[in-house]
Amino acid sequence: MPSIVSIRNLTKTYSTGFQALKSVNLEIEEGEILALLGPNGAGKTTMISAICGIVQPTSGQILVGGHDVVRDFRATRSQIGLVPQEISLEPFEKVFNTVTFSRGLFGKSPDPEYVEKILRQLSLWDKKDNNIQSLSGGMKRRVLIAKALAHQPRVLFLDEPTAGVDVELRKDMWSVVSDLKAQGVTIILTTHYIEEAEAIADRVGVINKGEILLVQNKAELMAQMGRKQLHVDLAEPITAIPEALASYALELGSDGRSLIYTYDTKRERTGITNFLGDLRSAGLQMTDLATRQSSLEDIFVGMVREKP
Amino acid sequence: MNFRAINVIYRKEMARFFRTIIESLISPVISTSLYFVVFGAAIGSKIEQVNGVTYGAFIVPGLIMLTVITQSVSNASFAINFPKFTGTIYELLTAPVSYMEIVIGYVGAAATKSILIGLVILATAFAFVDLPIAHPVAMLALLALTSASFSLFGFIIGIWAKDFQQLQLIPLLVLTPLIFLGGSFYSVDMLPGVWRTIALFNPVVYLMSVFRWSFFDTADVPIAVSLLAIAAFTGLCLAAVWWIFRTGWRIRQ
Ligand SMILES: Nc1ncnc2c1ncn2[C@@H]1O[C@H](COP(=O)(O)OP(=O)(O)OP(=O)(O)O)[C@@H](O)[C@H]1O
Ligand SMILES: [Mg+2]
Repeated sequence: MPSIVSIRNLTKTYSTGFQALKSVNLEIEEGEILALLGPNGAGKTTMISAICGIVQPTSGQILVGGHDVVRDFRATRSQIGLVPQEISLEPFEKVFNTVTFSRGLFGKSPDPEYVEKILRQLSLWDKKDNNIQSLSGGMKRRVLIAKALAHQPRVLFLDEPTAGVDVELRKDMWSVVSDLKAQGVTIILTTHYIEEAEAIADRVGVINKGEILLVQNKAELMAQMGRKQLHVDLAEPITAIPEALASYALELGSDGRSLIYTYDTKRERTGITNFLGDLRSAGLQMTDLATRQSSLEDIFVGMVREKP
Repeated sequence: MNFRAINVIYRKEMARFFRTIIESLISPVISTSLYFVVFGAAIGSKIEQVNGVTYGAFIVPGLIMLTVITQSVSNASFAINFPKFTGTIYELLTAPVSYMEIVIGYVGAAATKSILIGLVILATAFAFVDLPIAHPVAMLALLALTSASFSLFGFIIGIWAKDFQQLQLIPLLVLTPLIFLGGSFYSVDMLPGVWRTIALFNPVVYLMSVFRWSFFDTADVPIAVSLLAIAAFTGLCLAAVWWIFRTGWRIRQ
């Protein structure tokens, strides 16, 4: 698949002298949903801002749809929609007007039906004549999304779209995102909620201290890096792990009624067959078995922590 | 050119003006009327005539300029500073608009407001004094030019200012003295020698002189010199705006 966004050796040093991005390379494929994960201050917003035109790159190049974002800014920006991290709206504007304004700013002819459609989709239609200052925080965030969608972008950046948003709105947003994906829109979102990345992303990028640590297909990432755990429920409680099983690095459940065997799915042999065999030889009876895959969160926390 | 963008910026700014039309127009009208009462009637009764014009009429161009200049600067500076303050400037920065389009939208709207206010003051003045207008077309053109160039100046201040305090600073510290010392209420010919020379460094003097000429057909300084001074000021502002957007100064990090 062709790259819709292509970032090459992007460096950003702020006027304070702080280097927020250190030679970042990233290819974003058309039509995918990419989730960017990273702790506070990792450089997520800086990277998005550089692509969208808010921040001037110090060095490197960014192409959107094959056009340079600095030299050919009209071509790139007209394809991009941005939902910023901070809620930035004019307090005295009306919802409908501000969305219409966004569309005009991007040079598109007025289209009240389209504006109505997105306002309805975001459950904002009954607020269309309200002043923005009279809306709740979650509604304001929806207005930001409506504004970003007003010009029908090909690439949508969502900078922490679900920060401080209730469960219902988060679900709404996910459904908007999957609708957009179905229409072929490329979506890049940053988030601190791993479940979010897990739920909707095709690929996951991890960024820390201005560097991209990895970008990988979500399923692959989890399969590759994920460890699995086998929980074995025992018929009779035990007080210690039997000698015969010492080589397996088992954990004993708190009530002594379960054993937890951790294995790596990356390995050719997981050792499960041997383990279960040895379990029987040790004279332990099991009542149930369950496996659990480690989540993106486990992986993510592990990665960010490993780096000094 | 992204004409639609210019159009929506201009219309949004004008809508803001018309939402508060009463406040926007009433305060200049009231303050102008007060000036007429104080300067025109009270002081004017002591001063017979200036350059063959009654004092009441003589101060009208000065009053218009005073209000148009201050309104242009405050409107335009606020218009661009507010989005910086609320953060909504992100939208301008991420939209496919060039700085020229942003400037035309904002400065155009601010200038339009000033022209409207100037005309309202002119209409008010007719209620108080007999006012000849020797060169009406030139008068309107100068009104428009002044509104545009000082709106441009205000735009620069709006980008420069980091908070609302700074936004008030330049108008208070620089503009008001320049306007009052610029011959709004007197002719620079009335000043003693040295002061007259000093006054000639004040750009507002040139503006006042030519604007008053459009009413009374007499000028303190030659028309061509005035026009040159105005052109230089506008050119300087344009250069500053060009530099600001090229470097991203106080807009793009
Ligand atoms: N205008 C600025 N001037 C100086 N430093 C800045 C500026 N903006 C951001 N930074 C610094 O750059 C680093 C990256 O910031 P950025 O906002 O990109 O992080 P982030 O990954 O989006 O974090 P968060 O999850 O908190 O939103 C931070 O250390 C921040 O302090
Ligand atoms: Mg951020």
